[in-house]
Amino acid sequence: MKTATSAAIETHDLVITRGGRTIIDGLNTHIASGIITGLLGPSGCGKTTFMRGIVGAQIITSGTITVLGQPAGSAALRKDIGYVTQEASVYADLTVRDNVRYFASLYGLKAREANRAIEDVGLTSHADLLVSNLSGGQRSRASLACAIVATPQLLILDEPTVGLDPVLRRELWQRFRALAESGTTVLVSSHVMDEAAHCDRLLLMREGAFIADETPADVRARTGTQDLEEAFLRLIEAQ
Amino acid sequence: MSASITLNTAKRVANQLRRDRRTLAIVFIIPPILMTLMRYVFNSEQQFDKLALPMLGVFPFVIMFLLTSVAMLRERTSGTLERLLCTPMSKLDILLGYGITFATLAALQAAIACAVSYWFLGLDTAGAASSVVIVAVANAILGMALGLFVSAFAQTEFQAVQFMPAVVLPQLLLCGLFTPRSSMAPWLEKISNVLPLSYAVEALNEVGVHADWTRTLSRNLIVLLGFALAFLVLAAATLRRRTP
Repeated sequence: MKTATSAAIETHDLVITRGGRTIIDGLNTHIASGIITGLLGPSGCGKTTFMRGIVGAQIITSGTITVLGQPAGSAALRKDIGYVTQEASVYADLTVRDNVRYFASLYGLKAREANRAIEDVGLTSHADLLVSNLSGGQRSRASLACAIVATPQLLILDEPTVGLDPVLRRELWQRFRALAESGTTVLVSSHVMDEAAHCDRLLLMREGAFIADETPADVRARTGTQDLEEAFLRLIEAQ
Repeated sequence: MSASITLNTAKRVANQLRRDRRTLAIVFIIPPILMTLMRYVFNSEQQFDKLALPMLGVFPFVIMFLLTSVAMLRERTSGTLERLLCTPMSKLDILLGYGITFATLAALQAAIACAVSYWFLGLDTAGAASSVVIVAVANAILGMALGLFVSAFAQTEFQAVQFMPAVVLPQLLLCGLFTPRSSMAPWLEKISNVLPLSYAVEALNEVGVHADWTRTLSRNLIVLLGFALAFLVLAAATLRRRTP
């Protein structure tokens, strides 16, 4: 486990409203670079909205989001951020290889980088299959390959392991760990608390606010339980 | 904007089309079948000449409108558009990428429909067949630009398809295909003056009666491409990197 260094993402009094509802209300946080930060909380608590804000796809109501030292959504950031949405956003009528090569080409990269990304997500044997013929888990890995092909400094992953079997989940977490070891900042959301143990730092989110921002060990110590799901429940009750 | 990203996008769209054999069959086979049908319904060469010519412009317009509005809608609903807009790619790269592939498709479609009409159905025009193909391609580009724009107003493929009668049929009625525009009620003629398809039909009729490339033909082509450019700019304005 690494410790926090400089901030990759900083928010200041961030407010985001969608459809008249305040999703994020006055959020101040900083997310350290080079580590895996887990964004955990029940579905509907604002995780996706927060992530869309970081990648610059979400209109923010007030406050600021600074990503890698620049305002979120800056044109210069587009080559530095990889974003994997909750649903696999890849072309179902193309093969895995065609998809990854296309996304590689948007960054001026070639087949070599595409093949490496496909290998990194363990889809080499399925590279020439149409995405529509893949299972849900394989699709999300194809989507991940499209995001890591440009070796971004910051990787935003929205529930990448949802619906995957335990073996695949462990494999993916190993890949996220390898990416962090090589210097990538990883922000990964999940509503499954047992995945929190894989993270270096945890942001526990509830109704658009963070109720915890610390290491898994600190969360355990503070709540007096080894079970992170139980710890999360105790934090809510303590509010 | 980057030439290599535009071309790679065009290649990707072509790749998707190439795997969609059924769509390709519809694009290439339906116009010749409809032309043949029209030839025998009228059962007179003069009548056929008069209507076949504008139809050669209407098909690419309608078909490209449908194809691009649905293709772009898919890009929006599948989340790939939002993803593309998070990459260094520019909005124009996306639109031109689609433009290049669909315009090529349209050129092939127009060439096939013209070949069948001239060689097998006895279509006869004073002007060159190549002029007809040029106008048809301009129409296809127009239909495509309009489709890219209109797709922003549809939330489902169901709705996108409904835009066809809403956007295309009024133009079809007013473009001078059924009654000359000059003999319409003045208010109808005024409306038809601002509809792009009117200029397409006028351009094709020009090829029908003049052996040479005329000024009117050039003017109508410029108007058509001007409309297409305007719709492309509008379409670009509907591609938003940030959404509520």
